[in-house]
Amino acid sequence: MDREQVRRWESQCIQEQAPACASACPMHVDARKLAECARKGDFKAGFSVLAAAVPVPLIVAYVCDHPCQRQCRRADAGDPIRIHELEKACAEFGGASPTLRVQNKRNREILVCGSELSGVSAAILLAQKGYNVTLHEPGPALLGSLRGLGDGFLPQMAIGTDMAALEALEIEVCYDRELPHDEEAILGLRHEYDALFFEAGAWPFTFTGDPATLATRHPGVFAGNAWQELSPVYAVYEGSVAAISIDRYLQGASLTANRENRGAYPSRLYMNTQDQIPLAAVESADPEQGYTREEAQQEAARCFPCQCLECVKVCEYLKEYKSYPKRYVREIYNNECIVMGVRKANRMINSCALCGLCTTVCPENLSMAEVILAARRGMVDTGKMPPSAHDLALRDMAFSTSDAFTLARHQPGHASSAVAFLPGCQLSSSSPEHVESVYKHLRETTQGGVGLILACCGAPAQWAGNEAKFAEARAELTASWEQLGRPKLITACSSCIRTLHDHLPQIPVESLWKHIDLALIAPPTAPKRLAVHDPCSTREMREVEDGARALLRELGVEIEELNERGLTTCCGFGGLQQFANPELADRTAQRRAATSSTDYVTYCAMCRDRFSLRGKRAVHILDLIFPADDGADPAARLDPGFSRRQEGRARLKRRLLRDLWGETEAEMDELFELEIAEEVRALLEKRMILVEDVRQAVEHAEKTGEKLEQPGTGHWLAMWRPSCVTYWVEYSGGAGSFTVHNAYSHRMQVK
Amino acid sequence: MAEEAELMCGKCKQPLVKAQVVASYLGAEFPIELLRCPGCGVVHVPESLATGKMFQVEQALEDK
Repeated sequence: MDREQVRRWESQCIQEQAPACASACPMHVDARKLAECARKGDFKAGFSVLAAAVPVPLIVAYVCDHPCQRQCRRADAGDPIRIHELEKACAEFGGASPTLRVQNKRNREILVCGSELSGVSAAILLAQKGYNVTLHEPGPALLGSLRGLGDGFLPQMAIGTDMAALEALEIEVCYDRELPHDEEAILGLRHEYDALFFEAGAWPFTFTGDPATLATRHPGVFAGNAWQELSPVYAVYEGSVAAISIDRYLQGASLTANRENRGAYPSRLYMNTQDQIPLAAVESADPEQGYTREEAQQEAARCFPCQCLECVKVCEYLKEYKSYPKRYVREIYNNECIVMGVRKANRMINSCALCGLCTTVCPENLSMAEVILAARRGMVDTGKMPPSAHDLALRDMAFSTSDAFTLARHQPGHASSAVAFLPGCQLSSSSPEHVESVYKHLRETTQGGVGLILACCGAPAQWAGNEAKFAEARAELTASWEQLGRPKLITACSSCIRTLHDHLPQIPVESLWKHIDLALIAPPTAPKRLAVHDPCSTREMREVEDGARALLRELGVEIEELNERGLTTCCGFGGLQQFANPELADRTAQRRAATSSTDYVTYCAMCRDRFSLRGKRAVHILDLIFPADDGADPAARLDPGFSRRQEGRARLKRRLLRDLWGETEAEMDELFELEIAEEVRALLEKRMILVEDVRQAVEHAEKTGEKLEQPGTGHWLAMWRPSCVTYWVEYSGGAGSFTVHNAYSHRMQVK
Repeated sequence: MAEEAELMCGKCKQPLVKAQVVASYLGAEFPIELLRCPGCGVVHVPESLATGKMFQVEQALEDK
């Protein structure tokens, strides 16, 4: 993974951005955290939040003009949080002398002229950095303008406690001391001091300080601007700007580098307030006294608190690992960088459904699918992809690209194809009879011949990060398309449309749904109301979704929308989630299945089967158009499972060749009958063992005699290792008929 | 199939006996005691081992 790309992805996730309150505060007081502490009644911790950000926390708690409150997002649903009252409550119930951390003494002298909030703040911050600070106050007392405010506004105790820091930090304070009034004489002080800071308004002349750094045109001389009178918290901020600039000046560092996010700035953190219930602010029973502890706790409890997590809220996968994309991206990158040790994020990387919903809901359009695919490709390229992760999916794809399934033919009696039908692997697996019905219908309604292509578009390999296998499948599909004279393809599979659209743009493709003429078919009346589930593959392809809806309306279905258009969720098959993390895939399907109690209709064979597996009644749109001859309830049709999917594909090809082209392929030699009870089949599904694997194990045992016997039971144990997996099959019987009782497998080789 | 029961090799027609064998995966090797045919050397891996400890070790090795 490219490191710069990783940084870009990380910066797209805004969950760690400061909330609106903290970014509106020039000192970046974390009001969200302060409110959390206050909500818990831990006012001491709340005060510590304030003290961590400002050098005079008690004073600020009382006099702050709270720009944070004006940006509070609670205002979208009720009153903004009364952050200032919460700060006062923290000062009242948890206020203390701030802990002063002093760096090593630097033996440099600094003169700060003026002792209002910015001068005092600069002096404290510089002393904490280890400088020797002298504070000049022309009048008789520090913070003169605040002392007349009265105890009701600013308790003297607060001033006294905060000013104790000056003594603790050994700041020399000089009162009533005249300084020269002409600029030249003032600049002469540079001989005595390494740097000077003039607070705004404290002296009869004005130096103009640069707004960002407060540097004047005289090296080593810094001066405040006009904030002193406008805003207490900006005055403190100006002191902190001066302290940073002086420290950088004395260390020979750049005054301007990396100061972009100093001071107030617009927050990038997104907070969805749409579903929040409006709440009014808690009123204090005694406004003179401010909040009681209980009132403060109640007010703090109104804080949401602000956070984005839009993607995590809608995705079972992102929720599973209990964090958010910015951290996931870092974990994934770190996972790739491990040379020796355990790659703990492998399973996480292989569990994403690549459905794209996170990108749709993300305010910054971060695509976790892009991140995950890059990671999977990297793992495959470096040989670090766990062999078991996508084994069955890739073997299944190998079957779909083998001669057992693939076919490319012109319509019987035609030497060319105006269009060609590409049903896709999963419809061919799940309901091969629909493929036959659709092909017949297309032949009846289309002039110029309808070719047929049975092939795999390679989506499973793409999802697995296996670019080589994906390229092979694309090349094979392209060859079939060229063999038929490059016709437009009509497909019933959303994943095929997506793959062709993104990776084979030279092949024209359309979804089947607008090529069905219901007038010719005259299907029976469809159920009145169905909830439509859109497959995630065609999320951004509105024309595919619209085509299916138009067909449903024509069928007389009253459509229930499961979500706002474009926000469909995955069934758990996407991205091969079902193979890498079956438990999570079950929860993904269950979440979708639980969205509505209405029966679902979908136009993806795999989605339908995944719902069926979870016990959710669901039909494929083709179930409504071409109902089963026996009148069976299509919503109750069971998921066929991995093994029957392959059998379905192979059978479809054989039947089409026989019925349409009059060719009979040699049947696979099945030397014996294999009886497998449904509960054993279910166990095989769970263990991802195909019936074909079982068959070959039994065949191998019977042919070679390599099997184990448990005397007295009549049961045999066959073992067979065709390549990387050893299969063990417990079976009984003989004379061409066997019953399978159990099967398991392992990848370790034992000798 | 009961895992503790005696097993006979279908090919050599003799009972399997406990033996020290080696299980290997992705370059890592582990000595382990399992039932083996003294004739042809076929080793029985019981279900509980394959789906339990062996599976865990395979998963751990795949993440190395």
